[in-house]
Amino acid sequence: MKFLKGNSGAAIELFIKVVALMTVIPIFLILGYIIYKGVPAISWDFLTEVPKRGMRAGGIFPAIVGTICLTLGTIAVSVPFGVFTGVYLVEYAKDNLLTRIINLTIINLAGIPSIIYGLFGMALFVIYFKLGVSILSGSLTLGIMCLPVIITATREALLAVPNSLREASLALGATKWETISKVVIPAALPGISTGVILSISRAAGETAPILFTAAAFYLPFLPTSIFDQVMALPYHLYVISTQVPNMPQSNMHGTLFVLVFITVGFNLIGAYIRNKFEK
Amino acid sequence: MHSIRKIKDSFMSKLHSVVGIFNILIVILIFIFILFNSLSFFKDYPLSKFFFGTEWISLSGKYGLLPLLVGSFWVTVVALAISIPVGIITTIYIAEFANKKTKKILKIIIETMSALPSVVLGYLGLYVLSGFIKDTFQLTSGLNALTGGIMLSFMAIPTIVSLSDDALNALDKSYREASLALGANKLETVFKVLLPAAFPGIFAGIMLGFGRIIGETMAVLMITGNAPIMATSPLSPVRTLTATIAAEMGEVVQGSQHYYALFAIGLVLFAISFLTNSIADKYIRKSRKLMGK
Repeated sequence: MKFLKGNSGAAIELFIKVVALMTVIPIFLILGYIIYKGVPAISWDFLTEVPKRGMRAGGIFPAIVGTICLTLGTIAVSVPFGVFTGVYLVEYAKDNLLTRIINLTIINLAGIPSIIYGLFGMALFVIYFKLGVSILSGSLTLGIMCLPVIITATREALLAVPNSLREASLALGATKWETISKVVIPAALPGISTGVILSISRAAGETAPILFTAAAFYLPFLPTSIFDQVMALPYHLYVISTQVPNMPQSNMHGTLFVLVFITVGFNLIGAYIRNKFEK
Repeated sequence: MHSIRKIKDSFMSKLHSVVGIFNILIVILIFIFILFNSLSFFKDYPLSKFFFGTEWISLSGKYGLLPLLVGSFWVTVVALAISIPVGIITTIYIAEFANKKTKKILKIIIETMSALPSVVLGYLGLYVLSGFIKDTFQLTSGLNALTGGIMLSFMAIPTIVSLSDDALNALDKSYREASLALGANKLETVFKVLLPAAFPGIFAGIMLGFGRIIGETMAVLMITGNAPIMATSPLSPVRTLTATIAAEMGEVVQGSQHYYALFAIGLVLFAISFLTNSIADKYIRKSRKLMGK
């Protein structure tokens, strides 16, 4: 590998730099395009009105509300389960066959394609439990999908808490649960919340898991209970960009902008928290 | 007072174990539901006709998997051909050449890339990239495996970069110092010492990137042309495994052969992702062990 030396070495270094730069340029182009096209399409009416005339006019209010409902539902399902599992793995479980199986299942949960979650959610919640295509079914499906990220984040955050904190608390006579809930978890909170925020950002943008479990094609009113179907931003974007002929461009760009604003926004908040608390 | 604290403590201990074990149950449940629904399909549709059938025409009851596998294959080949070299070179820059501030900014930018919903990538592929591809290659339509693969490389690059970066960072300082002390320059150190040493971690990143590509649904549904044919080049329209489920499940009659056939695709996808993740996990462990962690 003589070429790594001398002049050609410098050329290779330059090449590495250029490729790295080229990797990040598309994201700026993409975000630039979305902002440039999307911002003019946003208006108060667009954000607060229901869609009209087969979605070709009006706004996206029900889709925004639907996404918020599904996101809150997802948090309600995944945060308690995810955090409890993380706490169990770090604070309670010993390293035995059971914990190894749990770890393996978490890894595999993380890798299962999102459409499989959709199939599973439909078969179990919609059909078997007869919950129907609803906010509840969609939240349960998305919640399970988010579990691995939250579990992993919780586990890493708890492992980073120094043992001396635990020992000091126990030495003062606190029970194990008091130590965990009043000392360890507060110390690990930044890490846990980063995981939660990142997984919410993912859930808010997912379409495949809600295709058959929660999303409605066209529903120009708001849900009244958790057993209702809802419109959701990602599915709405899919529908208006592929299924509705003669869709006005401005509606598509507006929806695109709102969706990206929410998902990327959440993600940047998560990144900010992590950076702030990382040593 | 004292005993209430004790009771609460032991209750919490049990509750956490139960929740922990519940996770195993979920994975088993997912597998069972996909498996049982698939078995209903294989009861009256021969395995060989499913796995070696070259036609997927649901209207005439032909459920051959091969065209869908071919579709997923071409999309994956394109996406990996872009994301592996680009991802690894970008990682080298981030880990070895960039200063601390640049490093931090680059990592946040690349993470932002992974936050883009796949339906957004699909939209951009549909309205921006496909026109460009159509004109460049003078095709009748820009919706093909190439367009899909390019968009999907955006999803794989963050995964590959993040795992490769971890692997390079985990290497002991002595690797760099020993190599430099022996008179190797920085590039030689990177290519001959650090990359080979970090290989298990990088390979795990590639496997997980592959998993994201093969499992991605909305973007491929929107931009690969939706043609379940035995494509011979990436410039042909294709249909992937995931897109078939997403496109057809909405219209299928529940409990029909077609319905169960889609679960059979789900089973194949489940098996692929299980295999991919197990291999990736094995290499992540290997990489940690090498670093003595």
